[in-house]
Amino acid sequence: MTERIVVDPVTRIEGHLRIEVDVDEKGIIQDAFSSGTAVRGIELIVRDRDPRDVWAYVQRICGVCTTTHALASIRSVEDALDIKIPRNAHLIRDIMNAAVFLHDHVVHFYHLHAFDWVDVLSALKADPNETSRIAQSISDWPKSSPGYFKEIQTKIQKVVESGQLGIFANGYWGHKAYKLPPEVNLLAVAHYLEALDWQKEIVKIHTIFGGKNPHPHYVVGGMATPIDINSDNAVHAERLMHVSQIIDEAIEFINKVYIPDLLAIGSYYKDWTYGGGLNNYLCYGDFSTGDIRDVNLYRFPRGAILNGNFNEVLDVDPKDPEQVKEFIDHSWYTYDGKEGGIGKHPWEGETSLHYTGPKPPFKTLNTDEKYSWLKSPRWKEHPMETGPLARMLVGYALKREEFVSLIDDTLKKLNWPFEAMQSALGRTVARGLESILVAKWMRDDMDKLLKNIKNGDQVTFDRTKWEPETWPKKAKGVGWIEAPRGALGHWIEIENGKTKNYQAVVPTTWNASPRDHKNQMGAYEASLKGTPLLDKEKPLEILRIIHSFDPCLACAVHLTDVVSKQTTNIYIG
Amino acid sequence: MKRKTILETVLDRGFTRRDFLKMCTALAATMGLDFSETDKVVAAMEKSARVPVIWLQFQDCTGCSESFIRSTHPKVESVLLDMISLEYTEALSAASGHQIEEARKHVMKHYYGEYILVVEGSLPMDDAFLTVGGVSAKETFIETAKGAKAIIAYGSCSSWGGIPAAYPNPTKAKPITHFVKDKPIILVPGCPPIAEVMTGVIAHIITFGTLPELDHLGRPKAFYRHRIHDKCNRRAYFDAGLFAESFDDEGAKQGYCLYKVGCKGPTTYNSCAEMRWNGGVSYPIQSGNPCIGCSEKGFWDNGPFYVRRAKIPASQTTINPETVGAIAVGVTAAGVAAHAAITAVKKKEQENHDRGERK
Repeated sequence: MTERIVVDPVTRIEGHLRIEVDVDEKGIIQDAFSSGTAVRGIELIVRDRDPRDVWAYVQRICGVCTTTHALASIRSVEDALDIKIPRNAHLIRDIMNAAVFLHDHVVHFYHLHAFDWVDVLSALKADPNETSRIAQSISDWPKSSPGYFKEIQTKIQKVVESGQLGIFANGYWGHKAYKLPPEVNLLAVAHYLEALDWQKEIVKIHTIFGGKNPHPHYVVGGMATPIDINSDNAVHAERLMHVSQIIDEAIEFINKVYIPDLLAIGSYYKDWTYGGGLNNYLCYGDFSTGDIRDVNLYRFPRGAILNGNFNEVLDVDPKDPEQVKEFIDHSWYTYDGKEGGIGKHPWEGETSLHYTGPKPPFKTLNTDEKYSWLKSPRWKEHPMETGPLARMLVGYALKREEFVSLIDDTLKKLNWPFEAMQSALGRTVARGLESILVAKWMRDDMDKLLKNIKNGDQVTFDRTKWEPETWPKKAKGVGWIEAPRGALGHWIEIENGKTKNYQAVVPTTWNASPRDHKNQMGAYEASLKGTPLLDKEKPLEILRIIHSFDPCLACAVHLTDVVSKQTTNIYIG
Repeated sequence: MKRKTILETVLDRGFTRRDFLKMCTALAATMGLDFSETDKVVAAMEKSARVPVIWLQFQDCTGCSESFIRSTHPKVESVLLDMISLEYTEALSAASGHQIEEARKHVMKHYYGEYILVVEGSLPMDDAFLTVGGVSAKETFIETAKGAKAIIAYGSCSSWGGIPAAYPNPTKAKPITHFVKDKPIILVPGCPPIAEVMTGVIAHIITFGTLPELDHLGRPKAFYRHRIHDKCNRRAYFDAGLFAESFDDEGAKQGYCLYKVGCKGPTTYNSCAEMRWNGGVSYPIQSGNPCIGCSEKGFWDNGPFYVRRAKIPASQTTINPETVGAIAVGVTAAGVAAHAAITAVKKKEQENHDRGERK
């Protein structure tokens, strides 16, 4: 006998996610289903638009990873039209992408994920002197006095006593799965508030180069922001020093707050190694030290790992029609008027929305049939996990020094075997570790940018192929990127200066996908299976595992497939 | 645990509600208020400290929530801990599933008529395109709106329909004003809106105890009264007829006007040029990017972004500066002619605007 438990909405994520699990009498999850419950159809909206405009439309797929879709889009257009961007533009884009990584990972850890490990109300019982001692023992971050932690405690006390708990309302406080002592909880709450303040600073890099954040501006062919160190209306010394300072402050925050907190909290949960899942990992790779086309120069390497076999990293090619395919056997779509059975590569996909789920309001979905607005992307028909854990493990398997030393050091600190990385906590740790790498690369790129400018190169834009008259009548391109949540690809087909076909296969679609034609689970589903719940009424463990992926559902649903030659039909019923 | 209101404190001390009302009358008199104002005093005394807020997300990208937490003044920490009690938000709430839905229902019941409802994202006409907790988004919105004191539509999607409603509008997305018409709805458009505009609207309500004054389209006048063009840092170059012809050219480096590369600043009502973004660091035009008009109704279908076309209201024909330039002689003349044409357009638009019409 199993019992169905539903979590909907899953909060502290981007978008609308529903999780249904079946648990046995002992409270162990026997089966799990992940469903995206919203759709907007942006892939239909970009059709026939100017390819140079598309970045702005697809950027609105997501306001959290607010740059990744824009970058993937302009890369796809530049690939299709064979546009080589200036060195400065490449560096600026990588600095902006790095800023998204660091913003995203810190906000994820403190604001989206922390409450799965941190009991806010327990912090009220903490001795601020002891919190101060702990803080000073793990980091030399200056905000660590007993008085400081006392003040934070008073702030939270005031909110709790008001009876209006706000964002803390109805949390699973007091749940037995929380393991931190009150003093560490208080430390985490203090840094929750500090991170909230810090996150608004790092995005200023986007404001300087792209005018605003969220949703900074980009342009096909480079960057629109001009550099002229002797003009009052261009990027000059003051602007560059502003960016430089933000980068240094980010490195400090990552190394003195985020990482020490992550390891301190992780050490209390190191025996809770649930949430591993598929053990298949996929990376497109990114952060090239040369051009985006120089895959061998990627600092995040490209590759795939199957069945946890770290002795072999398989070649990945987003352009190969046999590798990436999407299936719809459990998704509310049809292919050629049929319910499924086949996979379609991005170039030949189809968008026909066809809702067959229960009429709202409903209690449970019919998970034997179709149950999600997400499709099921598969790599050579295998379900894959993508994201920080995949990137760190592929780097490790390829024996990249930066990756190996970081992971080995961390395993030693946590007294963990390597296999423990394949868990929810391992995923969360991997996200922190890659933040260290990305922060370092961001500093390197900034130094290179300054050096380039010093050497007299101030070019940011290549206008040779700006005008549609210079384009071929037909062209196809792919733009890939490592986004904070994983491997992202945008496929574009251009004809007569217009967008004919467009498709994105998005990290959260890989991770949160429903079952496929072979009834293989997606990464979320597989990671939940076998996890014991201490309290079925308060399924904290489900949130902990699902949040470890950093779900982004708006991304996952809204651009899952191509605008094909076929007419798009929408049915309801 | 709950902080007591003055009414509760009075009742706790053994007084009756009748006594409480007498006290309020006396207090109103002390404050020099008319007897008819007594009910306001009563209401204030019954109220809790922080204004409860329910923040619903529908067909959105969470970009508005993200922008909100970028606020520098007030800081978002102070908004969350001192000004409002954000009891329901999919982005930040600790609780999930039925616990978070219970939090929403608690506010709807116990703060009926007092809470502010914030909406991010558009609503699809067909229920199947968006459910939260197994319930259609439309139903949740209508239900939650009932007890709201006021509704704030954050962003262009909830205000105008936004990107889901862009052609061909695959899910038949609508702005929230399509579904609820009997409540004050403050539109705060932008994709996303500026952080300080978002918190500024809340701060206005909390600090002054009134809703901000709105223009004929429902936008707060304090933030949407002028076009970006009116206060643009490149405006002097527009007036002088000096334009960037391409990105990264000499004109762009000198800060010339971006009108010819498609800037929509002349037709966009927003505070970007004045308040700027992320604590006043910059805004798209300052950083060399043409404005895409993201706070205007239907802006996604007013493209292409890199081609400037000013609509002439009377004839519905379009012009672009290249055409004007071909008729006039020389760059300066082109600029002046373009300016004259645009000014005529805008004058007409402004007249329509003032009369409460659009275009």
